[in-house]
Amino acid sequence: MPKFNRWWILKSAVFLACLVPMVWLTWDTLTGNLSANPLEDIRDRTGIWTLRFLMLTLSITPLRRITGWPALIRFRRMLGLFAFFYAFLHFITYIWLDQFFALDAILEDITKRPFIIAGVTSFVLIIPLAMTSTRKWIGRLGGKRWQMLHRLIYLSAIAGVLHYFWRVKLDIRPPVAYGVLLAVLLAFRAFGRLNIFKPQVARVGSEKSALQ
Amino acid sequence: MLVHRASDILSSEITPERIYHNRREFIKTASTALGTAAVISILPGCMSSSASGTVQNKAKGPYDTDEKQTPYEDITTYNNYYEFGTDKSDPAAKSKNFKTKPWTVSVEGLVKKPATYALDDLIKGFTMEDRIYRMRCVEAWSMVIPWMGFPLAELIKRLEPAPAAKYVEFKTILAPDQMPGQRPGLFGGGLDWPYTEGLRLDEAMNPLALIAMGIYGKPLPNQNGAPLRLVTPWKYGFKGIKSIVKIRFVEKQPVSSWMEAWPQAYGFYANVNPQVDHPRWSQASERRLGEFYKRRTLMFNGYAEQVAQMYAGMDLRKNY
Repeated sequence: MPKFNRWWILKSAVFLACLVPMVWLTWDTLTGNLSANPLEDIRDRTGIWTLRFLMLTLSITPLRRITGWPALIRFRRMLGLFAFFYAFLHFITYIWLDQFFALDAILEDITKRPFIIAGVTSFVLIIPLAMTSTRKWIGRLGGKRWQMLHRLIYLSAIAGVLHYFWRVKLDIRPPVAYGVLLAVLLAFRAFGRLNIFKPQVARVGSEKSALQ
Repeated sequence: MLVHRASDILSSEITPERIYHNRREFIKTASTALGTAAVISILPGCMSSSASGTVQNKAKGPYDTDEKQTPYEDITTYNNYYEFGTDKSDPAAKSKNFKTKPWTVSVEGLVKKPATYALDDLIKGFTMEDRIYRMRCVEAWSMVIPWMGFPLAELIKRLEPAPAAKYVEFKTILAPDQMPGQRPGLFGGGLDWPYTEGLRLDEAMNPLALIAMGIYGKPLPNQNGAPLRLVTPWKYGFKGIKSIVKIRFVEKQPVSSWMEAWPQAYGFYANVNPQVDHPRWSQASERRLGEFYKRRTLMFNGYAEQVAQMYAGMDLRKNY
């Protein structure tokens, strides 16, 4: 049974873990465990989990380099797709629960309010990434172009943090914390391009090959 | 008949007659509605849960709304009181040990009788009234709250402001030892304490303006601004300053805490106005807690008849 290898088990475990926020939210909703404004809770919680999954997805590359465990890449697509999954739920709560499909109000929001513009931008930018997440699409686009396209996640995450920042009325500490984390994750890539981390990766690689 | 009253009982600790009667009336209504009269009369502890039932109360006074009242549980567990934290659940969770006795209110400025009053002296002789008001938060959610209190106008008349007084300024208690939100944080995140609010004198004298000391016929819970707070139902909720310790009569328009924090978003008047949006969201509609769909927000929160004339000729887009 080649299918049920170590990776299959690990991936299933991560998949189930990614569903926990959804199960938890559903449970709280059904048991009346949300606040007096449950629709707002649903909207806020799907929103914050979108941002968390974007951060997790962006952590994979730095983590691979730091831990010297390149196989972490196997989880990246799943984390990214879960970011899209929570973003989609979040978007639906806005369109349905907040605006009740009132196109005029939605259009006004999307054209007038930076807070909404940032959120919609963040969501729209990861739609093509979710659509082209399969191996087939990597082949179709070519690795290089596919990779270029998928750098849109940087912009999506920046827009997402801005959206959160503009959502907060007074206490900007949590969105600022996400902003700092994102800056670190992006800086890691910028410096990586300047070959600061390359030698370390090469060393890890050579140790590995020496062991084999 | 000799009536002896223990001197160590403050009059504020005695349930005002009106509260008492209202409570009886409420139990009657609730128990009829719920058919659990026996249980409730045996177990006074059930009162809060009976109050959280969705009873359709009849409007009693000229200013009362007959809309469905928001359950007690929701009013007391979902609200903003940043002195206890910025989360909606913080006020209920973190205000349990807040001390409201003894309580004094300092009356200052352009007024005939500036002094620091014990709360009982300040409110002596006032009759507690029920006022079932809509409450519209600037964050676009709303409630219907059965307050108990007395008109602010009565208090102002008693204090006799000087003719030069044009505004009245209120301040919340500054007690960082009891209010975690007032403690300086690592990177800030709070308002400039103590919380400050203000009204034009004619607004303060409007019969709708209430000093509330109770909800659902019970003393105001700490998280809702005990022992006394302002209620101005035609304005956004943040105007309703809580746990008042200072009332100052002044000539110039006071600067409220939210004006100071973000003047483009929060003005002095803060009248509910569906046509003037918050920079981040529309004020055209609101979610009434407990309802699935949003409802349209009414001008002056539906109190135009009582308050609109005070703003005649004013540009409400500028004076938001």
